[in-house]
Amino acid sequence: MKRERALGSTMADGEIVLGCLAPHPPHLVYAENPAQNQPSSEGGWEMLRWGYAALARKLAKIEYDTIVVFTPHWMTYIGTHFLGLPNFKSLSVDPIFPNLFRYSYDLTVDVELSEAMHKATAEAGLVTKMMRNPDFRVDYGTITSCHLLDPNWSKPIVTISSNRSRDYYSVEVMNEQATALGQACRRAIKESGKKVVLVSSNSLSHRHFTTEAPLPEDMSREHIYNHSQYIWDMKMVRMMREGKMQEIIDIMPEFTEQTIAETDGGGLTWMMAAMAMPDYPAEIYGYQSVIGTGNAIAAWDPDETRREVVM
Amino acid sequence: MSEENPILFGLYTPPHPHPLLAPDQNPGWGRLRAAFDTCRERVQSSGADLILIYSTIWPSIIGHQIQANPRAEWTHVDDDFHDLGSMPYSFGMDAEFAAEYRDRCEARGLHARTIAYDGFPIDTGSVVALSLLNPDDTIPACIVSSNVYANRSETMVLGKAARDALIAQGKKAVVIVVASLSNRMFTEHIEPAEDRIHSQKDDEWNRKLLEFFADGRLEDISQLSRDIQGQIRVQKVVAYKPVWWMSAVMGQHNSYDGEVLAYEALHGSGGAVISLTPAAESIGDKEFDEDDVEFYRGDRNVLEGGVANENRDGQIGDMQASAGVVGNLDESDSKAPTSQTFPDIISTDSAPNPVGAYPHARRVGDLLYLSGVGPRQPSSNEIPGGPIEDDAGLPLDYDIEAQTKACIANVDAILQASGARLDDVLDITTFLVDMKRDFSGYNEVYATYFNKIQATRTTLEVSALPTPIAVEMKVIARAPPI
Repeated sequence: MKRERALGSTMADGEIVLGCLAPHPPHLVYAENPAQNQPSSEGGWEMLRWGYAALARKLAKIEYDTIVVFTPHWMTYIGTHFLGLPNFKSLSVDPIFPNLFRYSYDLTVDVELSEAMHKATAEAGLVTKMMRNPDFRVDYGTITSCHLLDPNWSKPIVTISSNRSRDYYSVEVMNEQATALGQACRRAIKESGKKVVLVSSNSLSHRHFTTEAPLPEDMSREHIYNHSQYIWDMKMVRMMREGKMQEIIDIMPEFTEQTIAETDGGGLTWMMAAMAMPDYPAEIYGYQSVIGTGNAIAAWDPDETRREVVM
Repeated sequence: MSEENPILFGLYTPPHPHPLLAPDQNPGWGRLRAAFDTCRERVQSSGADLILIYSTIWPSIIGHQIQANPRAEWTHVDDDFHDLGSMPYSFGMDAEFAAEYRDRCEARGLHARTIAYDGFPIDTGSVVALSLLNPDDTIPACIVSSNVYANRSETMVLGKAARDALIAQGKKAVVIVVASLSNRMFTEHIEPAEDRIHSQKDDEWNRKLLEFFADGRLEDISQLSRDIQGQIRVQKVVAYKPVWWMSAVMGQHNSYDGEVLAYEALHGSGGAVISLTPAAESIGDKEFDEDDVEFYRGDRNVLEGGVANENRDGQIGDMQASAGVVGNLDESDSKAPTSQTFPDIISTDSAPNPVGAYPHARRVGDLLYLSGVGPRQPSSNEIPGGPIEDDAGLPLDYDIEAQTKACIANVDAILQASGARLDDVLDITTFLVDMKRDFSGYNEVYATYFNKIQATRTTLEVSALPTPIAVEMKVIARAPPI
């Protein structure tokens, strides 16, 4: 590929074929009872799981090479990190909900694309690092979102860490840095010639209950943490449906602070910047609370011919 | 110190992997490693039954989690410093103690659970501490998480529950908190030789804290925790909690021999190895700016459909504090500790409901200690003789004699519930809101009950009491034979 480019080939530009807002409550994997996960359940959170299934069906019909996931559960304070080895195989145990999520994974990484994004990010002036320790455990956010979008793990992935600039500075600084990261990744993807699916693995409002029902999947106990969170979440979903992504990014600081939103990790900002701030409607696949947090599944499809009103 | 003190000594250790994985790359990291080595010798020769760790970098959401896997094994890699190498570990955990700790947490109103899952990711700081302080795994350990939403009261009670569990099992422990001092790291790569504390301000605050630690002023640092959070902590979590927990578990005082074994930069943050050994002498009075907390009554009932501090129907839940005290006074709830969870606690329906997190009385040895009690009626909350002010805070006329009689009747009811009676009263402290107006009437009624009993007495004027009453009594009495 590099040789072709050097010779001035007309290799097609890489492109982002879909962007997905794909929250990662481990409850959704737990509720599904896949073979990879040790605990068993009686179900639960069907609105989200059915939504995920619908999005997975759409994804299966799209031609793409790699899934790139931005996860808030790989928290890094020294820049942004990228997975940098071709395979990771291990057991992921959620440190928060170990009773729900103990998942055996075996995944492949698109190291070429990972390194390309790492390089482009560094050239953009951001601090960045490749993760090449073979003992490293991939975070459960990445695994949950990828499992639900691509249950057969049919494609290689790239995981991007969440630099905690929000903690060190502010949501505004996070927005700026995640925007620069997204633009750098867009350039790298374009130059790679690959078709890529982006995944922002995060909830919207993110205040949890601090107790758990005796039966975690008891849906009679599930509801949003408070009405304020719900109103904010619905405002965000409405703007997604209306294609107002720049406006969402503009109010990101207020939304994030008001709802302790998991957007504080930068994933949604990163994805929207990488997709050049879509001004077309998002496809909404579902919304439901999980232990009080607000979770929306949404997709941005640049191909107008494929785009549809799902919900 | 009391012979019953279950704490041999406490350690404050940094959460970063550098002293374990890269002590040779920077002289400061090497000095931290040497300090760990010194502490290792002390831990190993201490006779400790248990190493008890509170880690600020093991976050939890569902209450607190307590590590109970008898054999916790994995190879850990740090999220940020993965290039320094891997950390294989195999730690023995005291599952029996973990279960006791969980139960003691629940008894104090906390939500807690033990976890024992193969492959559970033990955090970097705990791995570093146990690898360096207990390398041969000769002493079983227990690790407790730091709840991301917890604030002072919850963290304090978590520490007290640990102490309860140690006493209940008769175990001696070395306690460790895993935490930075200042926690602002450089957000870019630096060469090991370039490491230094991120800013002069952070360094100055760290050194002030180290002075406190060296003087053994643990409770003073606990009281300063909110200031520390504001001054030198990146806002990753809501509060700087480790010293709240450490002070609570170690006894809430300043009587320690403190020793700062090392203080160095760890990628810009303040890393220190500090030892605190209980001592007979204290450098000075401790500073108590904030209330002590025995039981947790926070928002743990949210999932039950209630709102934090929601009141029970038909009780005093709508009572508002008077005299400028803001907030709802009814902190009681259905999870209040009972005599079943604490056998020395006395609570009775024959006395007015407490307006806070306290019982009517506790028995200690041959003595009964009664909480302050006023004249409110047990069933109705009515105040005999009338309240001293209306809902708007405007003063009302009231009958101090009637209030005093009712107050003594409530004291008597609590004593009877304890198996004692008024004749057993040894000492009374009386609080009046208007000494000039009320002392005479109060004194006259008092004499009709206590003239023959001859209890010692102190009468004070206070600016307000937490309900619109004029008199409150605090009593110590002789307990009945067991």
